[in-house]
Amino acid sequence: MSKTVALVGTDAIAEAMRQINPDVVPAYPITPQTAIVEAFAQMVADGRVDSEMINAESEHSAMSAAIGAAAAGARVMTATSAQGLALMWEMLYIASGMRLPIVMPNVNRALSAPINIHCDHSDSMGARDSGWIQLFSENAQEAYDNVLQAVRIAEDASVLLPVMVLLDGFIISHTVDRLDLLDDRVAKEFVGTFVSRDPLLDAASPPSWGTFDGLGGYYFEFKRAQAQAMMNAAAVVSEVGRQYAEISGRHYDFFETHRMEDAELAIVAAGSAAGTIRSMIDEFRAEGIRIGMVKLRMFRPFPERELVDALSRVRAVAVFDRSDTFAGEMGGPLFVELRAAFYEKEKRPQLLNFIYGLGGRDLPQALVREAVSLFKAAAGSNERQKRIIYLGLRD
Amino acid sequence: MRKQWDFSKIREWSWREHPVGPVIPVPATAEGYETGGWRSLRPVLDLEKCVHCFTCFIYCPDSAIVVAAGKMTGFNLRHCKGCGICARECPKDAINMVNEAEARGLEKCLLPEEGAVGGEKSA
Repeated sequence: MSKTVALVGTDAIAEAMRQINPDVVPAYPITPQTAIVEAFAQMVADGRVDSEMINAESEHSAMSAAIGAAAAGARVMTATSAQGLALMWEMLYIASGMRLPIVMPNVNRALSAPINIHCDHSDSMGARDSGWIQLFSENAQEAYDNVLQAVRIAEDASVLLPVMVLLDGFIISHTVDRLDLLDDRVAKEFVGTFVSRDPLLDAASPPSWGTFDGLGGYYFEFKRAQAQAMMNAAAVVSEVGRQYAEISGRHYDFFETHRMEDAELAIVAAGSAAGTIRSMIDEFRAEGIRIGMVKLRMFRPFPERELVDALSRVRAVAVFDRSDTFAGEMGGPLFVELRAAFYEKEKRPQLLNFIYGLGGRDLPQALVREAVSLFKAAAGSNERQKRIIYLGLRD
Repeated sequence: MRKQWDFSKIREWSWREHPVGPVIPVPATAEGYETGGWRSLRPVLDLEKCVHCFTCFIYCPDSAIVVAAGKMTGFNLRHCKGCGICARECPKDAINMVNEAEARGLEKCLLPEEGAVGGEKSA
């Protein structure tokens, strides 16, 4: 039997970790992720899990230990945020390049400078080309569900890639939310046990991991195989989502659509903002605005074809980005990729970019309303529109 | 039981055929890799001075000190990178670093006082 509980997001993640019972958890504390490893360390101390917890001296070391333990044949998890993820940067590529199915919740927090501990997506967006699968969560329930599914996605034989589960700092991590936890037995059966393909600790016949592969070698071939694994991941994310629906009643796929059937306008968003936006769609509809929403869950791999299909019938799309690319006038990362995805389509909707919420600036309903009126006016105009709008900026 | 690999045709493999992740299914492959080619200085043992204390053996980062029947007998030049740690640590100064090219008879290296180009010249 599943049970309904009230937990902060970090405790919801820790509960998922308890049920997964990973072999090794190397970690380093960083706000707002700290509460995850704190709660998990208590579970280790209380003997509620069998995990070996390693208190590393930095995130670079935490990810290094995670890589070593995963190569040894262990099921490994860690967690981080912002500067911690940035410090792991070198090792992120090694984890994915060595095809190690490490699962890591990243509590989204703004990257410094200026120093800021609050939510935006600049940390995980900075790691978008590191070869990790990335799944966004709207609330604590989704964060919990994503962590359990991430284990199965990462360890699938056609994938074998690390997975980052993203949840908005403080907004999800530190607020109490209602969620359903799976029964321990059901969760454990779902994640199953991890069997490493080439455990370094196979004493009878140990393999070599992390060796040199230079100019005359096969680096290029390994990278092509890694690209294929990311392509394969999409079908696995779908299939794992379908199987998870059977045990939880909650269905997950690349993205969720809300009132898109007859929509003329669409908002695309990821993370907790989707909750605020969804709460207002009916209101906008009552005012005669035919608007819908696409909430993106899977950012890596990027569900290019499916997103284009879902948005091809609307007149205009407002892409909400909680980070910037600083690439000139290209807009936020989600906007950049969505525009690229539409390139081959002859009939394209107008695309506008709303950059919002940097450094944790709130996205209240009033601001969504402001965005929609700007969006509506722009979509109804034949004039060339400003492509990027900084929403909620003191201007 | 892990898959057994035949690497004899690896040069002809497509990207689809390699082991997943750059894993080599056998251990200790560094032994077959010649790192001695990087060497610009070569260690030479003076057996008259050597007391077989194995300080060099402990310090050598490349396991290139050759020991036979309890005695230090010389260097595995296939793996020795010529770092000179053994010569530096030897308590009896029994190891001298000599110019590798000269040791191979490829060239004659002049010391600065012998008029080497680019060497420091005293006023």
